[in-house]
Amino acid sequence: MEKHDIVIIGGGPAGLAAACAAYDSGIRDILVLDREKQAGGILRQCIHSGFGLHKLGKELTGPEYAAHYEEMVKLRNIEVLCETTVIGVTKDRVVTAVNKNGVLEIQAKAVILAMGCRERSRGALNIAGSRPSGVYSAGTAQKLVNIEGYKVGKKAVILGSGDIGLIMARRMTLEGTKVEAVCEIMSYSGGLTRNIVQCLDDFGIPLYFNTTVAQIHGKDRLSGVTIAQVDENRHIIEETKRYIECDTLLLSVGLIPENELTKGAGIVIDPITSGAVVDQHRQTSVEGIFSCGNVLQVHDLVDYVSDEAEIAGKGAAMYVKGQLKTENTAVSIAGNGVRYLLPQSFGTDSESVSLFFRVTKPCGAVRIDVKCGETLLKSEKRIRAVPGEMEKITLKKAELEKIEKSVTVELEEI
Amino acid sequence: MVYDIAIIGAGVIGAFTARELSKYNLNILLIEKENDVSCGASKANSGIVHGGFDPDPDTLKALMNSRGVPLLYEAAEKLKVPILNNGSFVCAFDSEGEKELDALHERAIKNNIPQVEIISGDKAREEEPALSEKITKVLVSRTAGIISPYELCIAAVGNAMKNGVELRRNFEVAHIDKNDSIFVISSVEGERAEAKRIINCAGCLSGKIASLCGDDSIEIIARKGEYMLLDKTEGNLVKHTIFQIPTKSGKGVLVTPTVHGNLLVGPTAEAVDSPEFTDTTAQGLETIKRKAGLSSEKVDYRAVITSFTGVRASISSGDFIIEPSKKVDGLFNIAAIDSPGLTSCVAIAQYAVDELKSDGLELIAKQNWDGEMDDPNFFSKMSTDEKNEFIKKNSLYGKMVCRCEQVTEGEIRAAIRREPRPCDIDGIKRRTRSSMGRCQGGFCVPTLMRILSEETGIPMEQITKKGKASEILSGKL
Repeated sequence: MEKHDIVIIGGGPAGLAAACAAYDSGIRDILVLDREKQAGGILRQCIHSGFGLHKLGKELTGPEYAAHYEEMVKLRNIEVLCETTVIGVTKDRVVTAVNKNGVLEIQAKAVILAMGCRERSRGALNIAGSRPSGVYSAGTAQKLVNIEGYKVGKKAVILGSGDIGLIMARRMTLEGTKVEAVCEIMSYSGGLTRNIVQCLDDFGIPLYFNTTVAQIHGKDRLSGVTIAQVDENRHIIEETKRYIECDTLLLSVGLIPENELTKGAGIVIDPITSGAVVDQHRQTSVEGIFSCGNVLQVHDLVDYVSDEAEIAGKGAAMYVKGQLKTENTAVSIAGNGVRYLLPQSFGTDSESVSLFFRVTKPCGAVRIDVKCGETLLKSEKRIRAVPGEMEKITLKKAELEKIEKSVTVELEEI
Repeated sequence: MVYDIAIIGAGVIGAFTARELSKYNLNILLIEKENDVSCGASKANSGIVHGGFDPDPDTLKALMNSRGVPLLYEAAEKLKVPILNNGSFVCAFDSEGEKELDALHERAIKNNIPQVEIISGDKAREEEPALSEKITKVLVSRTAGIISPYELCIAAVGNAMKNGVELRRNFEVAHIDKNDSIFVISSVEGERAEAKRIINCAGCLSGKIASLCGDDSIEIIARKGEYMLLDKTEGNLVKHTIFQIPTKSGKGVLVTPTVHGNLLVGPTAEAVDSPEFTDTTAQGLETIKRKAGLSSEKVDYRAVITSFTGVRASISSGDFIIEPSKKVDGLFNIAAIDSPGLTSCVAIAQYAVDELKSDGLELIAKQNWDGEMDDPNFFSKMSTDEKNEFIKKNSLYGKMVCRCEQVTEGEIRAAIRREPRPCDIDGIKRRTRSSMGRCQGGFCVPTLMRILSEETGIPMEQITKKGKASEILSGKL
C-alpha cells in the first residue's frame, strides 16, 4: 500500500492552502487528490472578481485566486494528483481512490478533508409542477456558461438570493438573458450585500423577499413559473400567485457540505453546519483526520476558506510530528442570536482561539458577548450583522485561561 | 416492408410482448412516441413485485400476478436487471383492518400464493424496528420483491432488438387505416409503417389507439400517483416493502427500499384528465407524508432528493384486458394494465402470445433465439479486483463522472452504445444512474452532455433532457 504523511482530499482553495500550510510546518510528503482535470475546485468557474481582498490584499478573479495557490503548491513541489476520485476513507486513515491507473489504496498518517460542498437541488425543495428542461442549480448554469461556453436560456427567474444566484443574475444579463426576477423565501438575503448591489441593483433586476416559486410549468422545456408570497410560516399565500413566463429557472437555495466520505469514516457531524465537529486545529472526532473549507462549514468568502485550511494544514503537520497535544478542552455553545459556533471544542491552554459563527437573523448594531457561565469573558460590538456573512471573535490566552468546560457566545441588540 | 406485427408502445408490456414474439420467425416493429423506451407508466411506479394476494380470485389480474412472480424473477436474472426478493408487509392498525388482513389472507389461499402469513405487530417490529407502534397485525408475503422498472423495460427492449425486433422512436401515432387487411400506421410527422397485425400496448393511450383502429370499446381512466424518493442514507429504514390495507383506488401509501438502496414513499392515487399530467403537487406530497407516517414515523423528509408522478391506465371494470379486439380483425389489445402490471408483465406477454396463436397467428420458433443480456457492469457494484481489471482494459472506467452514484465515463459510453441507445440525458440517467443521486445532476450533467454529444454527433445545443423540445442550452455564447 502506498504511504504518505498527509493526504488531502480535494484540490480546491481549501485543499491547496492546507497543503501549503502543512508544507510550511515542516511536512514534505504530502499528496493532494482532486477529481477534476485541474486543481482549483469551483473557483475555476467563478470568473468574476472579488476574491483575495482580505487574504492577498488584491482583487482577483476565481481562476486567478486558484492560480495563485496552484503556484504556491508548485513552488513547494507538492504532488497534486488530478482526475482521481476518492471513494472511501476509513477511520484508520486509509484513503481509497480511483483514477485511470486503477484503484489506489493509500495509508496516510493524517488526512485533510477538503471536498467542498454541493448545491441543494430542486428535488430537495419539493417544488410542485412538471419536470421540464431549463431548471438548473446556479452552479451548474455557471459551469455551462463559463466553462462550456453556452447560453442556458433567454428569460430567467432565479429562486434564492445566495451568492452564486446573484452572480449568475449579472452573468446571464451580460450574455443577453433577461432575468425577470430573483425570489427569496426569507425576508432577507443570504448573499453578500456587495453582490446584491453589484449584480442586481446595478442591472435593475427586482429582488422579491418572502417570495418563492410555487409551481414549475412546461412539458419539454420550462415555459414559466408561478411565484407567490409566503406567510411567516413560509406557506404560500394563494392570492399572491403570479405567473412569469420564462424558459430558465436557476436555483440558488443553499449549499450542502459534501460529507459522504466523512460519514463513511465514522466522523461525528454537526447537525447545524452539516460538517464535521472539530477542535481548534480543525481535527475531527477521528484522530488524525482534519476538515476545512466548505466541507466543514459553508463560507461566505474564499479568503476565509484559505485561513481555515491553513489552520487544518498546520494542525495535520503537528499531528504527524506528534506535537498535537491533548489539552484541557472546552466546548463552544451557540447562545441567543447565534446559529452555530466553530470550532465546536478547543483547548483552553492555546495562545489564542478564534470562534467563527453566523447570526440567526439580520440585525443592526449588536454586542457579541462571550460568557463562561455567568462570567463575561469578552464583549465586542458590530454596527450590523447578517446571516450571509461569517462573524469571528478571537479569545486571547488570558481569556482562555478563565474558561472551564464551556463558553457561550450570544448577541444583544444595542 | 409490411411487418407481421406492429407493437404500439414501448413500456414494459410492449417490451416483453416484443421479446416473447421475437422467439418466432416474425418481422416485428416496436413503435414508441417518445425519444426513449419506458417513458410512461413503466418509468414512474413503485417498482414492486407484488406477492399476488390482492387481486380478486378468478380475474386475469390474479392469474397473471401468481404466474408472473416466478417468471419475473427468472426474466430479471436473464436480463441482468436488479431485482430483490425482500418480501412485503401489509399493515393493519385496528380490528377493522385486521378483518381486511384475514380477507387478504383468504384471497392469497384462493389465488394459490405461497409463503403468506399473518403475524402480530410486535413480531413485525422485531423484523422492522422502524414500524409504527400503532400497527397491530401484519400480513407478510415472502415472495414479494422490488425491481427497477425502467431498467427492466430497457433490457427487455434491448433483448427483443437483439433477436431482430425493430424499434422506432418519436413515432406518435396519428392515424391508423386498413387497406386489404394491412394496417397503415401514420405518425404525427407523416412517417408510415405497415403491418398485418397491431398489438396495442399503449398504456394510458391504449383507448385512443384502439379507437384509431375502429374499436371504441376501451375507456381508460388515467390515475396518477405521486412519490418522494429519499437519499441512500435512508435506504435502510426498512428492509421489506411496507404497505397499508388496500383501498379501491390503490394499495395505500407504501414505504419501501429500492433495489438501488434509496427509500421510496408514495403513491397518492388520483384520477386525472390526461396521461400527460405528471405534475407533482404540494397537496400530494403532504398527503404522502401524512399517510406514510401511519406506517413509520421515522421517515426523514429532509433527505428527499426528488419527487415524481407516475400515471397508470385503469378501467372501471378493474381487470386487465388481454384479448383480440372484438371489433377489428388483426388488432390485439393489452390494455388497462395498472397494478400489478409490472409484476405480471412476463406472464401477460406469454398469455398474449398464446391468445394470438389461438387467433390464428402462425408461430414458427427461431433456432437461435437468445433470451440473455450481458451484464451492464456497474462500477459501483464491482469488487476492487474487477474495478482494476476494467480500468486496465479501458481507462475511462477510472474516470468518475457522477460522484453521488459513482458512475464512470466507461460505463456511460458503454450504455450509450448499447441498444436501445439513449439519445438524451434522462435516457443516460435511467441506464447508468448518473445524475440520479443526491445532487440530482448538479455536477455531472454538463459532462454527460459532452459525452453524449461526442458519442452521437448531436451538437451540444441540440442535446435534450428527454427528447422533443427539451433542449438544455439555448445557444453558444
